Amino acid sequence: MTTRSSHTDDIDRRIIGATQGGLPLVREPYRAVAKDLGLDPEVVMARLQRMLERGVIRRIGVVPNHYALGVTANGMSVWDIPDDQVRSAGELVGALDFVSHCYHRPRRLPDWPYTLFAMVHGRDREEVERKVAEIAGLLGDKQSGHEVLYSTRILKKTGLRIAA
Amino acid sequence: MGSVTSSEREFINAWQRDFPLERRPFRRIASMVEETETEVMATVRDLIRRDVVSRLGAVVAPNTAGASTLAAMAVPPARLEEVAEIVSAEPAVNHNYEREHAFNLWFVVTASDAEELRATLDRIARTTGLPVIDLPLEQSYHIDLGFPI
Repeated sequence: MTTRSSHTDDIDRRIIGATQGGLPLVREPYRAVAKDLGLDPEVVMARLQRMLERGVIRRIGVVPNHYALGVTANGMSVWDIPDDQVRSAGELVGALDFVSHCYHRPRRLPDWPYTLFAMVHGRDREEVERKVAEIAGLLGDKQSGHEVLYSTRILKKTGLRIAA
Repeated sequence: MGSVTSSEREFINAWQRDFPLERRPFRRIASMVEETETEVMATVRDLIRRDVVSRLGAVVAPNTAGASTLAAMAVPPARLEEVAEIVSAEPAVNHNYEREHAFNLWFVVTASDAEELRATLDRIARTTGLPVIDLPLEQSYHIDLGFPI
């Protein structure tokens, strides 16, 4: 478990809370957010900018609904990579434009040997398989096993929320 | 597949990031795409109404506020519905997916702190009588800029 709440203060968290569910679609959206929070619009924009620079906010923009757009094959590829090579492998895989998330997570032996997770999206499984093969080619003998876990159902999905 | 025009697709791909941080962001975009501010706002509204875009907003990185983890369970298929319901009912669970694997239930838990996170995982294990593997993020290797649709 990782805790990095020190990266944000209470005002940051209130701004995130007010914007992650969607900016108001008005001519001056940051002013509308600022008004709701009792802040100056310049403060809202400056803090959003700072959170972007520090990586607390990854991006601000339209969030496509991939399922509605037909990008329905969502394959979580998981790779067994020795600890001392995870970093270089992660940097290689994370740079691929078809990988939406690339994370190092701990292995949990004996059931779970995989240390690198790379989320691969495609219009069908064939497209995902082709992309996974490309990753396997890139990793070469850095990896000693991998699997692709396809999602068959979304049982719950809410935007990432910050608990109060 | 959801139908978007090629210009809508181009718009979505261009504005998954870098939405202008300035007083009149839609006017800025309008000046770049040679449309009016009103037209740009109408495009976004329409994409959201048709559910091809879920929102225009900030995408927050995991683990930057509070505590979170990815957890998995190997649920006997006959119990999947029941267990999935227990997991989804936890307020700290914000994604819950069924996947084809012995570990067939995968969910993200986001709590305000490590204790609340631990308590949620423990409660799920206790209520269901099944082990939960906890796979917290150690390092992210991707700056999620959105990917081409």
